[in-house]
Amino acid sequence: MTDWAGRMAGDAPPRALPLLAALLAALLVLPAIVDSYVLSIAILVLYFAYVGQAWNIMMGFAGQLSLGHSLYVGLGAYASAVLFVHHGVAPWIGAFAAIGAAIAAAAIIGALAFRFGIAGVYFALLTIAFAEFTRIGFDHFPWIGGSGGLFLPVARHGESEFWMLRGPPVMFYYVILSMAAMAFAMCRLLMVGRIGYYWRALREDEDAARALGIDIFRYKMLAILISSAMTAPAGVFFAFYYNTLFPEQIFSMLRSIELILGPIIGGLGTLFGPILGAFVLTVLAEVLNEVLAALGWEIPGARQVFYGLCLLVVVMYLPEGIWPALARRLGLERRR
Amino acid sequence: MTALLDVSGVSRSFRGLRAVNEVSFAVAPGEIVAVIGPNGAGKTTLFNLIAGALTPDDGAIRFDGRDIAGLRADRRCRLGVARTFQLVRPFAGLTVEDNAIVGALARTPDVAAARREALAALDRLGLADRRGLLASQLTLPDRKRLEMARALATGPRLLLLDEAMAGLRPTEIDGMVSVLARLNRETGLTIVLIEHVMRAVMALAQRIVVLHHGEKIAEGTPADISRDPVVIRSYFGEAAA
Repeated sequence: MTDWAGRMAGDAPPRALPLLAALLAALLVLPAIVDSYVLSIAILVLYFAYVGQAWNIMMGFAGQLSLGHSLYVGLGAYASAVLFVHHGVAPWIGAFAAIGAAIAAAAIIGALAFRFGIAGVYFALLTIAFAEFTRIGFDHFPWIGGSGGLFLPVARHGESEFWMLRGPPVMFYYVILSMAAMAFAMCRLLMVGRIGYYWRALREDEDAARALGIDIFRYKMLAILISSAMTAPAGVFFAFYYNTLFPEQIFSMLRSIELILGPIIGGLGTLFGPILGAFVLTVLAEVLNEVLAALGWEIPGARQVFYGLCLLVVVMYLPEGIWPALARRLGLERRR
Repeated sequence: MTALLDVSGVSRSFRGLRAVNEVSFAVAPGEIVAVIGPNGAGKTTLFNLIAGALTPDDGAIRFDGRDIAGLRADRRCRLGVARTFQLVRPFAGLTVEDNAIVGALARTPDVAAARREALAALDRLGLADRRGLLASQLTLPDRKRLEMARALATGPRLLLLDEAMAGLRPTEIDGMVSVLARLNRETGLTIVLIEHVMRAVMALAQRIVVLHHGEKIAEGTPADISRDPVVIRSYFGEAAA
């Protein structure tokens, strides 16, 4: 454990640790000081921070563009929800099935793509294709609700059962906060280990990486397997938090795009990027909604337009994302 | 003494064109051998065959007695074959130190130990003070040094250098020559280099292999080669001979 702690701290800039501790403390006491509306937004931010972190392993670390991560969210959601609805299996157990399902799908995609050298946009298309035909498949599978949807029994008012993940929003808040914190810690460990160096090397230049002894296939497979395994629990959370699952929604390409915006805007390949990006996008979009509502304007699609504008501004002025620029401001640059 | 590298009857064609045609040569442990020849002679293809970026159509490549012709490049690196690229390929988005660490991780999974090896390799090439820069911020000569440091960090027994001197100024070439000579002397590192810069070839090579149109046309000491009429003709045309 101390060895882990040492590796985690490693070459972190000295000011990062107190700031991180302060952020964690603030997040821990947040439910005590905000109302239920703000709490629901905080849950959304942490959810996107979590899946963004998982996706960032593939694109930010290993340079493999997946545009079909909704596949792993959806498989995770359905695997745990079906076990719960039909067999009364607790989500904490169902999560293992969720992870297993995501890993199985990722293994097929990875083996196909990386064995046959499918890379770049073609790899991205392959990930979209898998998510899309899974969506269509689930639409025609009545046992799990088909296109009519799968519904989890909602908790009775006031009832709270942690083991079955039936409870008030504040419980979900702490669940997703723990998940986001663990994802952050895990990504940090991966990044400072041999695997993190190898991922970044193959992201930069595959031939040079191979010449330095890196088994490209193996490390790309590890990226997609770890990323998908991390994404699946987000699906479990989604299923038990929202209680309704529709293939049309959960496997939708929009969902895949939505979850990659955070890390891109926050900073690809950074640990804080996905968190910051999730915060900026979700909070600003809510503020925008509030402002529009206060003005009495009803503009459908305003959120999507806003996402588009954010992306445009970041790509034009901060091509590395917001976090690297902010880190320099805060004196948190990685030592060079 | 048995050869560290033994290339025998190796051929490779591209769309019917024989880029390397039944080339054989051997390199003893601790030796420095230069491969020279006009552009298009097949030198880089030969390197790619030895390092594993390409597999030969025919022939055998033995490293330390073991046939490696069918192995992928990463497996050959782990056995002790390191190479640099003619057009340098540093990991541009990584720091100089991280570039070298990636190399050193080939011999140890421990990042802290790899960092020590990396710093030692950077120090040898005179890059230690630039370790915090991004590789993309380096000048061309420094990128060439980084490429070499990264290859050295893998702990090779055989180092393949593809035109490591090209684009360097004469003083930089002399610096590089002394670094390589010292490496060879102190660690017994075996080096095979493709080189056009004769100043470096003559200073370093104990033996020279000459390629022309994919075939080996001569082999010998630098003194022999510089007098060889076949070599002179292929380099300077009929008139010179």
